[in-house]
Amino acid sequence: MTTDCMLDRRRLVKALMRQRGDAAVVTGLGAPTYDCFAAGDSNLNFYLWGGMGGAAMLGLGLALAQPDRRVIVVTGDGEMMMGIGSLGTIAAQMPTNLGILVLDNEMFGETGQQVGLTGVQSGIAEMALGAGISRAFTIREESEVAELIMAVTEGKGPIVCVAKVQSGKDPVALPSCDGVLLHHRFRKAVISSS
Amino acid sequence: MDSANSSFDWAEDLLPVLRTEGIRHVTTVPDGGLASLLKKCEEASDINVTTLTSEEEGIAFACGAWLGGEKAVLFMQSSGVGNCINMLALPSVCRMPCLMLVAMRGEEGEFNPWQVPMARGVPDVLAAMGVTTYRPATAMEIGQKFASAAGLVYETGTTAAVLISQHIVGVKVFDEEKMR
Repeated sequence: MTTDCMLDRRRLVKALMRQRGDAAVVTGLGAPTYDCFAAGDSNLNFYLWGGMGGAAMLGLGLALAQPDRRVIVVTGDGEMMMGIGSLGTIAAQMPTNLGILVLDNEMFGETGQQVGLTGVQSGIAEMALGAGISRAFTIREESEVAELIMAVTEGKGPIVCVAKVQSGKDPVALPSCDGVLLHHRFRKAVISSS
Repeated sequence: MDSANSSFDWAEDLLPVLRTEGIRHVTTVPDGGLASLLKKCEEASDINVTTLTSEEEGIAFACGAWLGGEKAVLFMQSSGVGNCINMLALPSVCRMPCLMLVAMRGEEGEFNPWQVPMARGVPDVLAAMGVTTYRPATAMEIGQKFASAAGLVYETGTTAAVLISQHIVGVKVFDEEKMR
C-alpha cells in the first residue's frame, strides 16, 4: 500500500468544512483535530484529544442518536487502525448518515513520524470493505477531492474515504482541550438545532 | 448457580430501569451470564443492541450517543474491563455519563485459570480510573443497584459499573469437564 502521499491535508479539510452544512464533526486526536480547528472553529465540532481508536465509534453513537443529521468523523490512519474493528460494528448498524474521512499520511506524525502500518502493507479502505462498509475508497489526486467531499458529506453511509496526505509541517492550530467545555458546547449545539 | 438465585431471573428487573432512564441503546461483547438479559434486549422493539468487536468501543459509543441527546449502556464480561481502561479517560475528562454492567468470571467456582487475573484486577482497575462500583450481594438486589447507579451516572456525569458476582451469574461448565 506504500504510495506517494501528495494531498495537502489543511486545504482538503478546509474544502470539506465549506461543504459540511449543519453536519456534526468529530475529530480524531492529533493532526485531524488541529486541521479541523484550523479550518474554522464551530460549536458543532467535537475535538478529541485522547481516547485513541474511539473516534469512529463516538461518531456511530452520535449518528444513531441523531439520525436526521449528517455526522462526519475526520481522523488519522493511526487512530483508525487502533479502532479498525469498530468498522465491523459500524457496518452492522448501517448508519446512513455517517461519513468517515481518514487523513492517511502513513505515519505517526505526532510522535516523531514513525512509519505507520498503512505505509507498509495495510489499506484502510480495503479493510473497511472487508468489515462490511458498503462504500470505501482511497484518493491520491487533487482531481478526486471533489468526489471525496461529496461522499463524506452526502454519500449514503456508512462510508469510509481515505485521503493520502502529505506529512508537511502545518502551522500550529490548537483548539481548547477542556473536555467539559467541549462536551457542553457541542451537545447544546447538536440538541438545540435538531 | 446458587439454588437461591437460580429461580430468580434478575434480567427481568433491568429492562424497566432502562425504560425509566430512557436508555435506548445497549452495547455489548456478550457473556454467558448476560444471555437472558441480552435476549430480552434483542426482543425489545424500543432497545437497539450494538454488538462490539471490543469493549472500549462501547465507552466511545456511549459518549457519542450522549452528545446526540441519548443514553447507552455497556454490558460485558469482567475480562472486557481491561479493554476499556484508556477509553475511560473520555467520559472522565469530559464529565459525560457512562454506565456499565459487568458479569464476573474468575471468581467462586471458576474452572478456567485464564479468567482469574483480570477478574482479580477489576475492582482495582475501575477504582484507579475513577469509576464508581456497585456490587449487589444477591440476584434480587441487582435491579435496585443498577437503578441507583443509573441515577448517579446521569445526574452527575459520573462513570459507574455494576459488578455481578459469579455466584449470582453462575459457573460456566463444559460437557467435557463433566465427563472427566
